[in-house]
Amino acid sequence: MEAIVRFVIGGAVVSAFAAVGGLFKPTSFAGLFGAAPSVALATLGLAIAQEGAGYASLECRSMISGAVALGVYSLLVTQLLMRGRFSALLATVSSTPIWFLVAFGLWKIFLR
Amino acid sequence: MILKIDPAGLKEAKWHEYVLRFVFGGLITAAAGAIGKKWGPVVAGLFLAFPAIFPASATLVEKHECERKQRKGLHGEQRGIDAAADDALGAAMGSVGLLGFGVICWLFIPGHSPVLVLVVAALAWFVTAVSIWILRERRWR
Repeated sequence: MEAIVRFVIGGAVVSAFAAVGGLFKPTSFAGLFGAAPSVALATLGLAIAQEGAGYASLECRSMISGAVALGVYSLLVTQLLMRGRFSALLATVSSTPIWFLVAFGLWKIFLR
Repeated sequence: MILKIDPAGLKEAKWHEYVLRFVFGGLITAAAGAIGKKWGPVVAGLFLAFPAIFPASATLVEKHECERKQRKGLHGEQRGIDAAADDALGAAMGSVGLLGFGVICWLFIPGHSPVLVLVVAALAWFVTAVSIWILRERRWR
């Protein structure tokens, strides 16, 4: 039941941010919303209610590593598209291991 | 470039594209909860910044821009890829704001009103991301 609640709330918040981003031109501004704290807002709200502030705070500390990884991932995707002329799907999917590498690399160095 | 609000962008998207974003967003949120139960908040927190809907969003940006150009009788493939690259660059700028969101929540959720902290952190994300975007636009013009 809890997973369903998370799914519905997460889906709704992510869709709302994506829809707001879709309103703006140029595309680079709309892209800001690709890094909106949508999953974080949905997850942290539930985490605070169920597990308490300390648990949510620890999630946020790790999220900093995830955000750095997202920045590196996004820059790599940009380069693959601009210089490599990859398709959007190929560039975004093939860059996903970089997100894991950076996020878990920072986790291992600073958080473990 | 001038910042515009263009509701046509919303009309352009098809219903299954909204469903796709909802499903990916829902899945990563549910997964973050499950990861937290199994491995704890330190590992789960990483996934609060996972690019779950990024491939779907970038692909849709590429497709819509390509179709827009083709309707004008132009080769849209190239412009579609350029638009997806702009979208990804925007996400890179937004991720700096996301980092700020994480720092504010990490430091201030304990001991303060969580709702207030989340609102302030979300505003900080927006202000940071938009400021970086404006700075880049000014530098390039």
